Amino acid sequence: MIKPTPSQTIGPFYGFALPFPGGGDLATGGITVQGYVYDGDGVPVPDALLEFWQADPSGDLRGRPGSLRRDPVTGAVIGRHGLDFTGFGRVPTDADGRYGLRTLMPGNGYISVCVFARGLLDHLFTRVYFDRDAAFLDTVPAERRETLLAVPEREDFYRFDIHLQGEKETVFLDFG
Amino acid sequence: MIPPLSQGDIDREIAEVHEAHAGEEANQPLRDFAPYRSSILRHPKLPALAVKDPEAAELAGPVFGVSDVTALDSDLTKQHLGEPLGERITVRGRVLDRDGRPVRGQLVEVWQANASGRYLHQRDDHPAPLDPNFSGVGRCLTDDEGRYLFTTIKPGPYPWRNHVNAWRPAHIHFSVFGTAFTQRLVTQMYFPGDPLFPFDPVLQSVTDERARQRLVSAYDHDLSVPEFSLGYRWDIVLDGPAATWMEEGR
Ligand SMILES: [Fe+3]
Repeated sequence: MIKPTPSQTIGPFYGFALPFPGGGDLATGGITVQGYVYDGDGVPVPDALLEFWQADPSGDLRGRPGSLRRDPVTGAVIGRHGLDFTGFGRVPTDADGRYGLRTLMPGNGYISVCVFARGLLDHLFTRVYFDRDAAFLDTVPAERRETLLAVPEREDFYRFDIHLQGEKETVFLDFG
Repeated sequence: MIPPLSQGDIDREIAEVHEAHAGEEANQPLRDFAPYRSSILRHPKLPALAVKDPEAAELAGPVFGVSDVTALDSDLTKQHLGEPLGERITVRGRVLDRDGRPVRGQLVEVWQANASGRYLHQRDDHPAPLDPNFSGVGRCLTDDEGRYLFTTIKPGPYPWRNHVNAWRPAHIHFSVFGTAFTQRLVTQMYFPGDPLFPFDPVLQSVTDERARQRLVSAYDHDLSVPEFSLGYRWDIVLDGPAATWMEEGR
């Protein structure tokens, strides 16, 4: 095994490089997941970048190109063509520390989240679950289970907050 | 009033943390690294939950293709009408997994300050000039051997407000996807011999000197292009497992 390249913080200035129009709009007519990212003082984090990776509604995890489709003539982002489900989303938190994702319900029950932020030296993984009976949640200490559950606010509209630290600290995952 | 933190204060804190981890192999930075002040409230305090599920979605990952990049994306010196100011460089390397296998056809994104150390970002208030001919953003797909190539200019070091007289060593930010979401990496590439290394809490958050060295590119004279650019080589090795079925086709 060769040694890995260490991670470094995404820093404060990724905003002109990584986010792209429609980054959080994987699909229309499905579900919306929205929420805030908070620091250890409960203050919203305005410079986090969230990435989402998920199965399509049938559970297919093969992914497709075209998340940040570009015009080969002008170089401009022309958006997803809406024909394939790419399974990938990328959303910076706004000045209020808030994000939003429009997507389809994943067939395997969860959306994977990767969290980057200024001040965070190595990214963090977590998951958004929609059903509290999901088998995986049994492996999570009962008192922290709620941190992985999206809260339905109205039909097809869910709230999912991420707490980097503090009393409500989100359960983060280690894949070894 | 608390007196402002000096470089000496930060140096002492860095030395203390390094001392506490002396002799330990560490492949990744400490998320809890107080000399980098922004990390204090932004690192989890509870251990991560180990996931040992061969069906985990994270063992697969996003896919990118030619529709996601354009021809000029990998040449940061050709994105405007004029040439950017600064020392022209080419940065080449390979993206590999920990078994040394190339990561093929995956997206590599870079962003950086201009030659004066200024980002094209509204919140960068470093009073150094913007360059109308330089945006500092690039992307490409790795080829069949996992290789990437960028033509750009060498970024300048820049001040930041971690403490009094804090300066970041020159660096290029990299964002890399592997064959699985578990291999996702955002990092920074540094330039060999930078005198700012020992003073920088971001680089020093990696407590193991050998691991820090893996963040530093190598000047490679054979990669320098006569009458055009200086060449730097930097290979990227992605951590984390991938699903077996993903490995077969790649
Ligand atoms: Fe930077």
